[in-house]
Amino acid sequence: MNWDEWLPLLIVCSSLLPGLVIFFLSERKVVARTVLNLGGAVAKLMLVLILLWGVLHGHHYETRLPLLPGLDLVLRADALSLLFLPLSTGLWLLTTVYAIGYLEDSPHRSRFFGFFSLCVTATVGVALAGNLMTFLLFYELLTLSTYPLIVHRGTEVARRAGRTYLIYTMLGGALLLIGTVWLYGLAGTLEFTEGGFVAAGSSNSRAALIAIFSLLIAGLGVKAALAPLHGWLPQAMVAPAPVSALLHAVAVVKVGAFGIVRVVYDVFGIEYAEWLGVTGPLAVLAAVTILYGSIRALFQDDLKRRLAFSTVSQVSYITLGVAIVGPIATIGGIVHLVHQGLMKITLFFCAGNLAETLGIHKVSQMNGVGHRMPWTMGAFTLGALGMIGVPPLAGFVSKWYLGHGALEAGQNWVVLVLAGSSLLNAAYFLPILYAAWFREPPAAWPSERSFGRWETAWALLLPPLITAFMSLLVGLLAAAPFSPLEWARLIATREYGL
Amino acid sequence: MGISTVSIPWAIWTILLPLAGSLLCFLLPRRAALLGQAAAFSIVVPVAGLGWQVATHGIQRYAVGGWGAPLGIDLYADGLSSLMLIMTALVGLGISLYASAYFERRKAQFFWPLWLFLWAVLNALFLSGDIFNLYVTLELLGLAAVALVALAGGADALTGAMRYLLVSLLGSLCYLLGVALLYHAFGTLDIISLGRLMMPMPAVWTAMGLMTAGLLLKTALFPLHFWLPPAHASAPAPVSAILSALVVKASFYLLLRLWLDLFPEPGAAPRLLLGVLGAGAILWGSLQALRQKRLKLLVAYSTVAQLGYLFLAFPLLISAAWNAVVYFVLSHALAKSAMFLAVGNILYFGGHDRIDELDRIVQRLPLTMTAFAIAGISIIGLPPSGGFVAKWLLLEAAFSSGQWGWVLVVISGSLLAAAYVFKVIGFAFTQAKVLHETRAVPTIMEWTALGLALAALALGLMAPLPLELMDIGAPWVTLIGEELP
Repeated sequence: MNWDEWLPLLIVCSSLLPGLVIFFLSERKVVARTVLNLGGAVAKLMLVLILLWGVLHGHHYETRLPLLPGLDLVLRADALSLLFLPLSTGLWLLTTVYAIGYLEDSPHRSRFFGFFSLCVTATVGVALAGNLMTFLLFYELLTLSTYPLIVHRGTEVARRAGRTYLIYTMLGGALLLIGTVWLYGLAGTLEFTEGGFVAAGSSNSRAALIAIFSLLIAGLGVKAALAPLHGWLPQAMVAPAPVSALLHAVAVVKVGAFGIVRVVYDVFGIEYAEWLGVTGPLAVLAAVTILYGSIRALFQDDLKRRLAFSTVSQVSYITLGVAIVGPIATIGGIVHLVHQGLMKITLFFCAGNLAETLGIHKVSQMNGVGHRMPWTMGAFTLGALGMIGVPPLAGFVSKWYLGHGALEAGQNWVVLVLAGSSLLNAAYFLPILYAAWFREPPAAWPSERSFGRWETAWALLLPPLITAFMSLLVGLLAAAPFSPLEWARLIATREYGL
Repeated sequence: MGISTVSIPWAIWTILLPLAGSLLCFLLPRRAALLGQAAAFSIVVPVAGLGWQVATHGIQRYAVGGWGAPLGIDLYADGLSSLMLIMTALVGLGISLYASAYFERRKAQFFWPLWLFLWAVLNALFLSGDIFNLYVTLELLGLAAVALVALAGGADALTGAMRYLLVSLLGSLCYLLGVALLYHAFGTLDIISLGRLMMPMPAVWTAMGLMTAGLLLKTALFPLHFWLPPAHASAPAPVSAILSALVVKASFYLLLRLWLDLFPEPGAAPRLLLGVLGAGAILWGSLQALRQKRLKLLVAYSTVAQLGYLFLAFPLLISAAWNAVVYFVLSHALAKSAMFLAVGNILYFGGHDRIDELDRIVQRLPLTMTAFAIAGISIIGLPPSGGFVAKWLLLEAAFSSGQWGWVLVVISGSLLAAAYVFKVIGFAFTQAKVLHETRAVPTIMEWTALGLALAALALGLMAPLPLELMDIGAPWVTLIGEELP
């Protein structure tokens, strides 16, 4: 057995198999379930580290299984997947810890963690997908495994949110499928290639390729919450907090953005896409989404809804970075894939802590909460400041590269968008921080639970502290070897053949 | 591809075993369930043997009793027919296991002889190479199916069965008239000899029209589907599964054989008509399914819609489209039987199948709901499932022949299917206002539904294998490179 051929598959299975076993565990087997959950997450992290080590030492990892005549299921470790894979694996481990703490004593946990594991399996599959077919397969699997998590609470509101989610994602999946089949008919291959496989055999009609590009981007844009395809995201807020964290930072939204990166770089190739004239409109769409999401976020009193609209805005930075044709903007966009994940997951963890510990769901209830839960709000503050783009946090690095890249590519208007977005970010985050730290706390919290010596359960507190610390770290050490920024630089160098 | 000598006549055993089982069950009604299951398991052996023979040695031909083609009965097995046999065996095994727990003794003594008889007839139909034998099997199949529908008892089931009987007789009658016309014109009934003799003349056109119309009626192609939902929905769960998964496929299989072997040049207009009717079935059937308040009717209308996909290959006219359609037949057989069995469990559990009163079934019958969901994934055509492979191949064929309209039909069908499948799943999570008495569902019934659903899923991961098998001696292989109309 050749180890290099099986490692990617093993990485996918390391969450699939525990997930399947968990489905069959009875509710009461808490220990077995926890062991499986954490065991799977740790095993996956180990395997990913082995993979990284191997890639650095010149190994080539690729699993290839026949799926259809002429089309294989391909799982491959390339530069882009190696950026997304550690992010999703690392954050899965933290989210699992968080979810175990969050769902303590709540019903249907086996079902929850089963689908939770499937969800991560799908995300990892998307990260490792070596062709568009495999990508599509895991993309749809993600849709299916997220649905039960959204309707998990079984209320009428949850059912409706799930229905909205499905309407959007099924339509998106259908568009993606049409685009993929059409592309396969024209290009005869779906294998992701650095510089794009469409570019290589570009004797095809331009109009058809523009149509295919639009279909693919529209299909992916649903998950990436590109306006006007973002409608499902704020509604999906009814899901439990760990699911929101996963949805916004690691899985669904991120997979959509990652798909756009793949399509532009590895399907069409950035230069060919520019020649087709599709990158300009994409950049405009991303810019509109950035501003629109921020403006909507201003008016939300529900904390999770405000964060959701913030996601709509922030994820489009990735698309924007991709659509500004230039190596530096590319670095900014790709690195934001990681940075946004770290910051947003911190914010959602914190929002979940506030809801679980004090019953706080609204921004207007957050007066003085910094005194009651200093650690949680500390992490929240780091995340929020990062989102605004305060140096030296992660968000600053992304914005710096995006702005610099836009100037270099001669697209000065982007700087205005970034400045406007930062102002808006400040406008919807700073009042929260002000209220939490400087206002007087109310006499009683909406529904307070006591957790002993800590401000909340340790399983709820530890994950946001770690992610907040990491978002600080990736900003401070951005220039260190193996930082996300350096990795993004490597990807951009290869894509532009520098 | 040579026709090899047969060392063991597996083909004939695939018919004899269920027939013998049926007789035994009839004679020993007290042990019917046991004998029936034994027969179901034993059929797997000759089916596997035949599949292996075809896969390794190509087309198999067997003259029953040693008489040759013009006089005696010939059994003829190519890749397509052995694939149909394998499909029937898989689904049949699942249904048999399910039925052993589902029927109480009084019903069981009627069910088993009928079901095994139907199985034997189905296998005979898939192996017949002569249009008169095909008529006989078709007629027997219809009668056995009607009797099974009536098994449920009650006014609904009897009305459904009666309507089904009339439709079935009318369909076979049309087919028989066509056979008579052809026999009169050419003096032979063997499909291959007839195929060589065919020429465009009025008798041939009339025969083709009659036979096709009869088979369309039996396949329940829109707008001739009116009889299917009541018949399929009022029957007992295993019978619904048999009808939706297998029986309608038999008449479609026949249609496919006739159009490919017998009438190779039917002209563009009839082909287009079949495609348009198929598209109508997909849209109309799905919309009707979406409107249903009863789960079983929803699944029955879903069958109407899914059958529509099978007819999209006719206007596409390239070999990939036929591959897609056969894949549809396979995956739909597995997924739809799983779905009907799952619905049977829900009905058994709560005593009703009203969709908005499913009441947290996802928590109370997790295995059944998983089966339903997985089967639904295949029906929608989401990866990885047999339904996805079929849809992918069909879309590919539509793109490569430049016929865009069908792409839209296929995609809208998928979206509508997603709407009706997830409508059910959504209500399975919520709490209902009306509470119902419940009773425990036997474990075997839950697992067989899940097993069949998983088989539909597996079909999406091992596509090269069935695709290779169905191309052995397939009538459409000669179509490769053929010009478009």
